[in-house]
Amino acid sequence: MVMKSRLLTFQSRPTIISTAVTAGPLEKQSVFHSSFDVIYDDERTHLKTNEQGNAQLIEDTCLLAVRKAGLEIADIDVLLGGDLVNQMTPTNFAARELAIPYLGMFSACATSVSSLITGSVLIESNLVENVLFGSSSQHNAVERQFRYPIEYGAQKPPTGQWTVTAGGFGVLSHSKSNLPYVQSATIGQVVDCECTDPLDMGSAMAPAAFDTIQTHLNENGNDVPYDLVMTGDLGKTGFAILQELMKKSGLTSYPVKVYRDAGAEFYGNKSEFRSGASGAGCSASVYFGPIYNDLLARKIKKVLLVATGALLSPLSFQQGETIPCIAHAVELCID
Amino acid sequence: MILSTIIAFVVGGLVCVVGQLLFDVAKLTPAHTLSLLVVVGSVLDGFGLYEPFIDFAGAGATIPIMSFGNSLTHGALQEAEKHGIIGVLTGMFEVTSSGISAAILFGVIGALLFKSKGNI
Amino acid sequence: MDAKSYQPIVDQIAPKRPVLKNCMTAFLTGGIICAIGQLISYVYMYFFNFTERTASNPTVATMVFIAMLLTGFGLYKKIGQFGGAGSAVPVTGFGNAVISAAIEHKSEGFILGVGGNMFKLAGAVIVYGVFSAFVVALFKTILVSMGVLEWS
Repeated sequence: MVMKSRLLTFQSRPTIISTAVTAGPLEKQSVFHSSFDVIYDDERTHLKTNEQGNAQLIEDTCLLAVRKAGLEIADIDVLLGGDLVNQMTPTNFAARELAIPYLGMFSACATSVSSLITGSVLIESNLVENVLFGSSSQHNAVERQFRYPIEYGAQKPPTGQWTVTAGGFGVLSHSKSNLPYVQSATIGQVVDCECTDPLDMGSAMAPAAFDTIQTHLNENGNDVPYDLVMTGDLGKTGFAILQELMKKSGLTSYPVKVYRDAGAEFYGNKSEFRSGASGAGCSASVYFGPIYNDLLARKIKKVLLVATGALLSPLSFQQGETIPCIAHAVELCID
Repeated sequence: MILSTIIAFVVGGLVCVVGQLLFDVAKLTPAHTLSLLVVVGSVLDGFGLYEPFIDFAGAGATIPIMSFGNSLTHGALQEAEKHGIIGVLTGMFEVTSSGISAAILFGVIGALLFKSKGNI
Repeated sequence: MDAKSYQPIVDQIAPKRPVLKNCMTAFLTGGIICAIGQLISYVYMYFFNFTERTASNPTVATMVFIAMLLTGFGLYKKIGQFGGAGSAVPVTGFGNAVISAAIEHKSEGFILGVGGNMFKLAGAVIVYGVFSAFVVALFKTILVSMGVLEWS
């Protein structure tokens, strides 16, 4: 591993040998739904509470990823995962059922990539063989914690986003041919541009995405063009702001073929979803579903995945604090 | 009857427009907006203006949340007129706020009957 | 990127709230709810012998009952997205705030969940309604006892 300021380069090529993505019933409306392994018909997976449904979703997704890798759950050395619920209880309870070593990770909606980066460092260190990584979110549990009860008639502004019910997990292992591997990563730094509106997360997160993308592209010094740079859940608003920031700074001159945002595309152009999708499950389900499939099919061969997270709490908002954000980037390649 | 229904429609609508401006222009949360309107209803009754407003607009004045402030203040003032300062305290709860009791009752019943569904 | 130079970019690009459209839908929604309230109070006046003044109590209770049905069946949030303040300002909005919180927190049981969280959204309204009534009445009582005002 070569550490060049914030850029981590992985010499041993930690490889994502399998992934699994599950989603709730509403996510059948997603443009990516055909890449999801399982779509539940009940958002609580027929359990009593939303949080139990979230835990079941995580457990199911993890077991499916392990099975698709041709392994048993006991082969996994450590689970790295997290979600948006207080103290990450859904992931904690799923980890209890999976009964494997577990490191909970919280990076809000950027957890999908932060868990992958951490897993890559563990694989590179050669201290573990197989790492299970990923994140998830459940719409009802998150909405009632951060905003309002589900049935409350609050009016979402055009900048509002919809938290998805979805989970994406993968198995990371030592180098294997013909599979996507982690080439490098940039760990994000907290960026706070003093945004205060919790109904406009995109504007709050865009500067963090810009900071991480700029850092990674500047320090990578690699002339091979990126097929894709995809942010996690900036939504239509945040993505437009990111493009403006990049245009102003001249960053668009870097060799990147396409910029996309998972949240902005997730539900297509349906206006009831306002600015798009968000949640820890948004980036996880898109990155480890359709994007992973595109890498396997070699439709794209070099991508930078930049998951974004808003590091606020319901309390910090009530106390009048601003919304600090973070973005983590991981570069996936396939030969 | 038709006329008073139309007046209720227009007045109720206009009160809601004021609320919408507080949402969108002043960027207040629903809790801040409703609390402000309740206080407005209370103050208007202090000036003796809310009862004539109800006479004119009917449901256009009793249905918006400001009427809570009015009922509570009205009860307090009625008792204060009879019993002085002590009446201020005892009177507030004499005029029942049927809205609050109904919300509590139907809240418990609703919790017994219903489950939330995350559809859009 | 500092906050001062970032805010103008947000103001330029982030979609603005459609204030005029929201005001029109609020007017329509709030107006219809109040008109329905007016018709319901007529029912109480003609069929149950309430007067114009006393009809407001059962009318409000009936409106909150309707709000419970709409909330429970997942319809009030659609009215809320369309009407904004037009659904939040009438007493049905207060009912929706209380009832939606009660339904949501059933998972924590009826005492701690439903009972403890019912007024999460609507509590401020009751608190400041009561407090304001006290202040206004106290103020007026003092002014009357000083001879500055009279009970009207």
